[in-house]
Amino acid sequence: MKTAKDCVNENYLSLVSMTAPKTDEKRSLFRAFWVGGAICSVGQGIRLIFSEVLGLSGDELAAYVSVALIFLGSFLTGLGVYDRIGKYAGGGSIVPITGFANSVVSPAMEFKTEGYVYGTAAKMFTVAGPIIVFGVAASVLVGLIYFVIYRVF
Amino acid sequence: MKRTVFFKNAPRIVGVSSVGGPKECAGCIGDRIEIKLSDDKFGEKSFEQAESKILYTAIKNAIHNAGRKEADVDVILAGDLLNQIISATFAARNFSTGYLGLYTACATFTQSILTGGALIDGGYVKNAVCATSSHFSSAERQYRYPLELGSTRPPQAQWTVTGAGALVISNKGKGPKVTGGTIGRVVDYGVTDVNNMGAAMAPAAADTLYTHFIESGKTPENYDMIVTGDLGALGSRLLKDLLWEKGYDVNKNHVDCGEIIYNISEKEFQGGSGAGCSSLVFCAYLYEKLLNKKIDKMLFAATGALLSSVSSGQGESIPAIAHAVSIEA
Repeated sequence: MKTAKDCVNENYLSLVSMTAPKTDEKRSLFRAFWVGGAICSVGQGIRLIFSEVLGLSGDELAAYVSVALIFLGSFLTGLGVYDRIGKYAGGGSIVPITGFANSVVSPAMEFKTEGYVYGTAAKMFTVAGPIIVFGVAASVLVGLIYFVIYRVF
Repeated sequence: MKRTVFFKNAPRIVGVSSVGGPKECAGCIGDRIEIKLSDDKFGEKSFEQAESKILYTAIKNAIHNAGRKEADVDVILAGDLLNQIISATFAARNFSTGYLGLYTACATFTQSILTGGALIDGGYVKNAVCATSSHFSSAERQYRYPLELGSTRPPQAQWTVTGAGALVISNKGKGPKVTGGTIGRVVDYGVTDVNNMGAAMAPAAADTLYTHFIESGKTPENYDMIVTGDLGALGSRLLKDLLWEKGYDVNKNHVDCGEIIYNISEKEFQGGSGAGCSSLVFCAYLYEKLLNKKIDKMLFAATGALLSSVSSGQGESIPAIAHAVSIEA
């Protein structure tokens, strides 16, 4: 049985990498920078409004801002706008919390045709699942390191 | 071992029909498409149902355009890209004719013409329908990400065509002749980038065309047009390089369906892809050229990337195939 390794044709693959169009990195970086920055500025604005108008502070304020941004991300996904922002901005709209909302809502919408249980609910975390798993795993690891250092020193 | 076949009785393509989505209708061959959809769901609840209906409509109209009735058709040979080729089977559910489901990804269309041609040439059936379809939204969710997910597409990506093409081949009647073809073999050069289908499929196309030239004793100059399915701009360039290396120059008469389906301004990077790409372009545009004798001899090789989301997830490279049929006006 041939495996993927046996199929490799070095000459051809180098020809492909020579001829394949490259991603315009400067343009991608610029777009990601300004869109990502804009989303974060909106978040900061919401934070200011919440602290001034509602008089929130600390963890409570952070939670309210996150909820507001997640709502915005989900809402724009529902309207079919967020994927266009994402197509333009790339990482700029994936990294902020609105991108996380988008990655949960988009499969939920997409798989609605397979029913609410086996479609929406089951497929909701197909994209965001790994982020949650590794996020939790990383936080446990960091917590352990923090605990050890705190106890030792 | 010989993979090139010649049809002595030369079955004829007596009628075609094409259905295209909104984006395809805005493209270069848009005004030639018979049924233009303004809604890519075609009034259905899901994209899968829509794709099935698109294929069903194309088959029904092709039979009508060929001046045949459903009862005259012996077999439908159809395929698509979805798991268990559901679009084709659910479209065939509406007909009482025989059905052969085929799959070689985007090469299914020429596979169906080869198989159908062989059945007719051998005298086993009188009329056969060959059809394939694809749908951007149903393919996207099977192979990639949800539609509304905000992600970027790399510059080597292609866009799955929403549409279907169907043709009727018959042992009687008027129309372009299917004179033979070359059965493809699975070729894998180790490309693993699922966004670069053109690069994965170009070696298969080169292999099939090269084999065809060797086994039939013909050269690229014998054909007015050498059509490939959905290599896209990058894949076409690689194909020309690979054939050039073997001593064949197809620069002058090579056309790629994926490359011509969309306007360049639509920014679909390398062009269209999908099982519906070659069938839509052939049925909407190339068939008319053959009928009007603008093209006399054509070699038509649709190309398919035979991956699944499981195989690429397990780190496999992308095997590809191309089947060629020669068609004469």
